[in-house]
Amino acid sequence: MTAASRGGLRRSHPSGVQRAFAARTGRTLGRRRVVNGAMIALTYLAAALTTLPLIFILALLVEKGASSIRPHFFTSLPVPVGEVGGGMANAIVGTLILIATAAAIGLPVGIGAGLYVAEYGRSRLATAVRFLSDVLNGLPSIVIGIFAWQFLVRPIGHFSALSGGVALGAMMIPLVTRTTEEMIRLVPTSLNEAALALGYSRWRTSLAVVLRTALPGIVTGALVAVARIAGETAPLLFTAFGNQFWSVRLTEPIAALPLQIFTYAISPYDDWHAQAWAGALVLIALVLVISLVARFVTRARFGAAAD
Amino acid sequence: MIALAKPRAVVLLVAFATTVACGGGDRAPGETGRASSGSVDLTGAGATFPYPLYSKWFSDYASRTGVRINYQSIGSGGGIRQLSEGTVDFGASDSPMTDAELAKAKGGPVMHVPTVLGAVAVTYNVPELREPLRLTGELLADVFLGRITKWNDARIAALNSGAPLPAKDILVVHRSDGSGTTFIFTDYLAATSSSWATAPGKGKEVQWPVGLGGKGNEGVAGQVKQTPGTIGYVELAYAKQNRLPVAAIRNAAGEYVTPSVESATAAAAGVAERLGASTDYRVSIVNAPGAGAYPISSFTWILAYRNQPDSTKGRKLVDFLRWALREGGASAAALDYAPLPPAMVSRLEQRLDSIRVGARP
Amino acid sequence: MAAPGTPPLGSTSSGTGPPNGPAALGSIRGGAVGDRIYRWTITGFALCVPLLLALIALELGSAAWPAFRRFGLGFLAESHWDAVNGRFGAGPAIFGTVVSSIIALLVATPLAIGAAIFLSEFAPSWLRQPVAFLVDLLAAIPSVVYGLWGIFVLVPLLRTHVMPFLSNTLRLGGTPLFSGPAYGPSMLAAGLILAVMILPYISAVSREVLLAVPRSQREAALALGATRWEMIWDAVLPYARSGIVGGVILGLGRALGETMAVTMVIGNRAEISASLFAPGYTMASLIANEFSEATNELHLSALMAVGATLFAITLVVSAIARWLVWRVSREAGT
Repeated sequence: MTAASRGGLRRSHPSGVQRAFAARTGRTLGRRRVVNGAMIALTYLAAALTTLPLIFILALLVEKGASSIRPHFFTSLPVPVGEVGGGMANAIVGTLILIATAAAIGLPVGIGAGLYVAEYGRSRLATAVRFLSDVLNGLPSIVIGIFAWQFLVRPIGHFSALSGGVALGAMMIPLVTRTTEEMIRLVPTSLNEAALALGYSRWRTSLAVVLRTALPGIVTGALVAVARIAGETAPLLFTAFGNQFWSVRLTEPIAALPLQIFTYAISPYDDWHAQAWAGALVLIALVLVISLVARFVTRARFGAAAD
Repeated sequence: MIALAKPRAVVLLVAFATTVACGGGDRAPGETGRASSGSVDLTGAGATFPYPLYSKWFSDYASRTGVRINYQSIGSGGGIRQLSEGTVDFGASDSPMTDAELAKAKGGPVMHVPTVLGAVAVTYNVPELREPLRLTGELLADVFLGRITKWNDARIAALNSGAPLPAKDILVVHRSDGSGTTFIFTDYLAATSSSWATAPGKGKEVQWPVGLGGKGNEGVAGQVKQTPGTIGYVELAYAKQNRLPVAAIRNAAGEYVTPSVESATAAAAGVAERLGASTDYRVSIVNAPGAGAYPISSFTWILAYRNQPDSTKGRKLVDFLRWALREGGASAAALDYAPLPPAMVSRLEQRLDSIRVGARP
Repeated sequence: MAAPGTPPLGSTSSGTGPPNGPAALGSIRGGAVGDRIYRWTITGFALCVPLLLALIALELGSAAWPAFRRFGLGFLAESHWDAVNGRFGAGPAIFGTVVSSIIALLVATPLAIGAAIFLSEFAPSWLRQPVAFLVDLLAAIPSVVYGLWGIFVLVPLLRTHVMPFLSNTLRLGGTPLFSGPAYGPSMLAAGLILAVMILPYISAVSREVLLAVPRSQREAALALGATRWEMIWDAVLPYARSGIVGGVILGLGRALGETMAVTMVIGNRAEISASLFAPGYTMASLIANEFSEATNELHLSALMAVGATLFAITLVVSAIARWLVWRVSREAGT
């Protein structure tokens, strides 16, 4: 096994199998090694390039907004332009409440639908769910906001945090469904069969064994979905609406970080711009904290889940 | 079932969140209790242009009287729509409601109350120029129509003798999103150029013959600031805050006027004199008569229903409007907004009396 | 992950250990009821999706109907968008959406998959979590921040360095793809910013899927003498293929629907042009730009018609993607 984990290549004497392979395909040992090295280098490069934009953007945010992050940023309400001491306390709390509401809707539906599609993959409903969840993912968030306004704000007669949470929850569904489905399909059937053979009922197998095994991947999908909706402005414009004052009720308009960031960013004033950048930093930090907490809470009991 | 590492903690967290969300907590930390049925007393929505000023007004008014007004800038169209549907108590718009929109408002007749004035500045990025560029409406229209394509065009040079105009292309920047600023600007172009009036016409959003679209005032300002050779139009505050040069436009009296708080107020004063007693204030003040008037100015309005069925809210709204007319102008200039001329203010205050508060049999 | 044959990952809360004896019979019977409830529950949740989409489609359709009735299907090809005179056509917007999304996919997919491979195969375990977090965090950045970064950093970079490099140094300026003046805001800028925005979706799903590929696959390939890369290419990736494609489709959906960041860097010209340097327009940014201010019935209806078109296009593109996957997996014999 050790030779295999080293790459299984004997350094200087190609075996008969390797010689025959090289003769048939032209892929000599040397050439394969070169390709190996080159592709591995490319993946390192890809990883570096992928992390670069975030670092650049974070650097930009820090450069422009870090000076505005003071303790009062987290405890005060917004103040008019030109006055000092303003903050985004209500927006931070509002975003947390909206995320919680959205997750309460999006996670059960997403995981449930993902379980269904993974288990009954050939049925018509499963195909419909796959297609339609892709379509939902492709809709501009403003369309979802308009839709939520039509069904949740207009009949009720006023804006509310709940309608914002529903709009955001709807946006979470495709990501969670897709990730759940893919991760469950990757759980080896042997695991499933072993549990069933030992007398577990089907539902218990699905939940306690299969879902549990796939959990780390599902949590990733859920966290990416949370990250996505945490930064969305458009669906909240006509639903949660925003609030200058302190409010935590689901039945009233509520402040949210992306709304506040957006309002400040499009203004002419540098002071508000700086606060907008600071708000964006806080938003990203918030998502990071949520991710860390979620990973901690769902970490596998017996060592690393996957290696 | 699925075992989480700390199930009890999760349950407690969820319980806490539910209590907070559905129950109390409508007071800010440290704030003493006040008898109110919600966190705010009035809700308003609409134009983004006056948002900075309104947020100052609402903040000052709240500390003065304790009445909390929540205003969000979702756009003039959004404000009109929400007001029509009754999901907000008042709206705000940079362009007056059309007759069709007025007919659709579910709460009856809508009153337009002008609150402040804005000026649309023509800004450009030509580092060679030291003095403000002089332009007329027709010239501007031809630039935005794509008929004048170079900075050193003879017609521009004629108005700006001695200015070092470069032989570069003019890159037009307009708005990509619908906006009151575009409405004011195209209103002016249509008023001064017959070719503009026929082809793109005036509107919150028009089909621009040439140029790039920037998103929002800040998008246009950013684009102009970064790209040499550009010309664009933005609200005055954006030109000032970004330290962009502004053009001097020829007004109806033949003077070349740069946009400023004073010149915008002068435009309103010139028009206010000629308004009849029963005007509904849905007037355009572009190309206003009078000395010192900046020709690309406009009102911005608060929209309120003439009949306020809820007497508490109606009372609060009228009181606020009165306060805004009387005291609001003082804080306007510091934020680059032009206050209404005093003659208009007194007439508007009288007009507020016609709002009926309370249910009618 | 447990190897086959070992006891399942047992949870010890509330006595759900493996049943035996009389208890086993009880749990089988209880299990049948439990199974039914379970099946109904997940079916119920699954039904939420078509239900939600049906409601949205109904809403969009009825709002869009006046515009389609007025302009017919020519709406899709027409290139005028004139709100003042009431003539609407979504052609350039459709073109822009499709082109910018394709650019985004072409740029982001190799990068994201490469990064996922790095994280699942080569990264030391202490590096894995932090880098994974960093990439996933890209999804948290609000699109207005992306837009502002685009305006301040990306577009000037393109205008002053990348575009001149492409047209002059590489002599590509004559080709239709790179023709025209380099303003900065362009289809290229939009495609690139979309690429950055969809990286986390493709990467996160691909990474998780690659991590979940069983050790046995990898070991088998290595034992047969494959190089590390060959193992990945021939044994791991095919196993993970459908998951990776799933991630790509998620990214595509995001690209099709993105509004704010795109509108800040695409130049917003309703024209169809072959050049990547030319400004353009997308359906999502069209809706977002004009919805807040539109009050005219026909205008609003036209915007909703654009939304309905996007709905349809997403459906078609997803169907094509799935069909491709099905074709490829059929040929590969999996």
